[in-house]
Formats: sequence, structure tokens, C-alpha cells
Amino acid sequence: MKPYKKVKNYARTRTIALTDTSLEHTLSAKKFFTDLADVFLFVGQVFRNTFSRGFEFREFLKQCFQIGNKSLALISITGVIIGLVLTIQSRPVLVNFGAVNMLPSMVTISLIREMGPVITALICAGKIGSGMGAELGSMRVTEQIDAMEVSSTNPIKFLIVPRVFAATLMIPLLTLYADALGILGSWAAANIKGDVSAVLFVTQAFRDVEFMDFIPAFIKSFFFGLVISLTGCYKGYNAKNGTESVGIAANSAVVMASLLVIFVDLIAVQITDLL
Amino acid sequence: MKKETKNTESVIEIRNLKKSFGTKEVLKNISLSLQKEENLVVLGKSGTGKSVLIKCIVRLLKADAGEIEVFGEDVNTLEKGKLDDVRKRIGFLFQSGALYDSMTVRENLEFPLRRIKKGLSEAEISAKVNEVLENVGLAEALNKMPSELSGGMRKRISLARTIIVDPDIILYDEPTTGLDPVTSNEISMLINDIQKKYKTSSIVITHDMECVRTVADRIIMLKDGEVYKNGNLTEFEKDSDEYISSFFKGQNVELNKK
Repeated sequence: MKPYKKVKNYARTRTIALTDTSLEHTLSAKKFFTDLADVFLFVGQVFRNTFSRGFEFREFLKQCFQIGNKSLALISITGVIIGLVLTIQSRPVLVNFGAVNMLPSMVTISLIREMGPVITALICAGKIGSGMGAELGSMRVTEQIDAMEVSSTNPIKFLIVPRVFAATLMIPLLTLYADALGILGSWAAANIKGDVSAVLFVTQAFRDVEFMDFIPAFIKSFFFGLVISLTGCYKGYNAKNGTESVGIAANSAVVMASLLVIFVDLIAVQITDLL
Repeated sequence: MKKETKNTESVIEIRNLKKSFGTKEVLKNISLSLQKEENLVVLGKSGTGKSVLIKCIVRLLKADAGEIEVFGEDVNTLEKGKLDDVRKRIGFLFQSGALYDSMTVRENLEFPLRRIKKGLSEAEISAKVNEVLENVGLAEALNKMPSELSGGMRKRISLARTIIVDPDIILYDEPTTGLDPVTSNEISMLINDIQKKYKTSSIVITHDMECVRTVADRIIMLKDGEVYKNGNLTEFEKDSDEYISSFFKGQNVELNKK
């Protein structure tokens, strides 16, 4: 065990022993606040660069393709399965009440309001967040970001802004797509036990869905995209030296992004509730 | 650019540079100057702050104290726009090469060209890319990805990317580290060729003695964050100081074998 650090307690004019743990707490609290300040500075820089002159349009399109197109298969599979599972699990309860014809609208509402946006965001936090963390982290470690800076290119403008923009735009679109496929999966599940035509299913599904179910969820998913990409970029951009830090950047990007998605969801539901 | 008198005009002037990380003082008090069209080698053991020194020159790291004048402008206090103007005239060869992984060799070379020399036509860009690739002897690598290249080839492409914008100063961060002796020698010769052809001034950071012997016009040795000795190659080779001769004389081969 390390020796205690002696500090002077001026109030009692005698020396007390400061234990290791309390020292550690002070240091970690200090680190927490400096990190937090760092995050705000980073986000501020990103926004400042977003609205200044010269948008990297080609990079933006490239990132849209990377984020949107390359997540499509993953989102498709998840979407269909979520719809399928929700339907199969809710069915027995509704059968007890003789309310099977409520099934499509129930599943659709839960998909549109909550499952679609959150599941898509969590999947994207894993796929896109880690991708950005690892890519930017390895660019930082191999000095590529420095190289950009010395060729008088602002790395935030060239690397971060297009990624944040692309994710903020693509994740809502992926959410819509996941919702649609979820409804498809739900229809498939409804046909396992019963026999429902697609037209009847869709009619029943959208009978109770209002436009206001849809709008908050859609807005929410923009914010999901924003936090996922900002987290991934922040972690990658601020990776320390050494290959190990690339792994850490990718990992902590996923953890933080997933957590923030849940937090944003919590805030969003409170705001929607007020409306 | 015409030049009547050689080696009188200094392009980089560093005075009392200090830089520390946390409590560790890496550069304590460095003063040096780089003359026009000169190859200055900065020598020293690993961890003496050689890379930190040249990163301070382009302000990838901000110096704690002291002045760094590049073309008469103090980079430490310049605002962003002016700093970019200075950076445009400096080429930086990174230790790892720092080629952009996601781009082909051609895109790597075009990247600084399109951003620094704005308003070039496609034909001019293409001609320039081919010219620098010829210069580093790798014309066939044009459409390859960096991951397909060997270590020596990456260094050369990286060098090509540095010279493509016709910089007035080139900073080399360990250009021959991790390469075999033959390739190292080729890179050293290339540094000399580039200096002659493009009339650049350069700071070369290295601890590869063969490279030092090939490229050095003048040598500065760092020890413990300070300038230990400043002189030319013959002065260094004649010096009887133990620390200096440990670099320039062969190591104790007999002793190591036992």
C-alpha cells in the first residue's frame, strides 16, 4: 500500500493523513470536469465549423453511403424480427380479451413510437459509433489527422462535420425503413396463427395511428443520429497515442452512444408527454 | 527564386523554446536557426523531444514559451488564417508516413494539391502528380491503396505528397526509421535530390547515422531538452566528448559480444 500523503489541515493547525482513495476521488472528479468541458468545446467547434463557409459535400455523400447503405441489411433483419416477435408475444394476451383485431394497430403504434427509433439507434450506436471511433482513432494514432492539419485542411470540417451531418440525416431514414419492415414482419407473424390479408392488416394497423404518434418519434431519431455521431467522432478524434487507444475509443464510443440514446429517449418521452 | 549569397538568410529562427507535458519538461531551452537551402540534422536519443520540436514549428503542438519565427512570422501567436498561410509553405514528412488509408495514392497526392494550390486545372494536377511520382521513382503505384505498399514505398509516397505543393521548408520526422539499410540510403539520397531540385531548406530528425552522413550540412545535437552541440559533420566526428562519440563511433562491438 502506498504511503499516505500528509497534508496540512489549516483549520485545526495540525497535519492529517489524506488517504489514497480521497486523493483519487479528487483527481477523478477533476478529470471528469475537464473531460466534460472538453466535450462541450468539441461540440461547439463542430457547430461553428458546420455553419462556416465551405461544406465538404463529397465527403458528406460518401458518409451518407457508408452510414445509410451499409447499415441497410442489418436494419432490415432487425426490423422484421422485432415486428415478428412483438406480434407473436402480444397475441395470446389479446386473444384472452377477444381483441385480436387490435393487434396490428398495437404493434404498429409501439413500433412507430418506440421500438423502431430506439432499436435502430442502438444498432447504429453499435455499428456507426464504433466505426467512427475506430476510424478516426486510427487516423489520430497514425498521424493522418495531423497530416491533414499541416496541409491547411481543418480536420473538424473535413472529417467530423460530414459524419455528423450524414448520421443525423441517415438514422431517421433508417428508422422509417425499420418501421416499415417491422410492420411487414408483424403481418407475417399475424399470418402464422391466423389469416389476415395485407390490405386488412394495413387498414387495421393504421386505424389508430395518428400523425402525432409519428412526428415526435421522427424528431427524436434526428437527435439519436446527432448524439451517436458526436460521441463516435469525439472518442475517435481525441484518441491518445498507441494502438490500444483505438480499441478503447471504439469501445467507449459504443457504450457512451448507447447510453446517450437511452437518455435522449427519456427526455424525448417527457417532452412528448407535455404536448 | 534567385539566390546570390548562400546560407546567410535564415528561414526558421527559434529562440528559447520551452515545452513540457504535465510535469515532464521535454524541451527546456532550445534556440536554433535554419538557413536557406540548408539540410539541418537534429540528432539525439529517443525521447529527447526531437519530434516535439518540429511539431512546435508547424504548431501541431503549442510551445509553452519562446519564439518560433518562420519566414519572420511568430507561429506561436499567429491567428488561424495566417498560420495556414505559413503551413502552406512547409512540408512535413511524418514518422509513420501518415498516408490517408481510405484514399488511393493518387487521391493522397491530390489532397494537399487541391487544398493548397487552389485553381489548378485537372490536367495540371495530373501532370504534377505524375511528376512527383517520377521523382520518387514510383510511377507504377498511382492507383494502389496505401495498404498495398511496402514500408519503403509508403515513405516515398509520403515524401511525394510532401513535395507536391513545392514547399520552401521540409521537416522530416525520422525519414529512415524502420527501413532496411538499402532503402534507408535511397531515401537519404532522395532527400538530397529534393533539396537540390526544389531548393528547399530542411530539418531532418533522425538517429540513423548513415542518413546523417549523407544529408547533413549542419548538425544540432539535443540532450536533456537542450542543445548540446551545434556544428558540421567533421566537427562532430572529431569531438572527443563521450556522449557525442557514442553516436559517431561504432559501439563497443567486442564488449557487446561477450
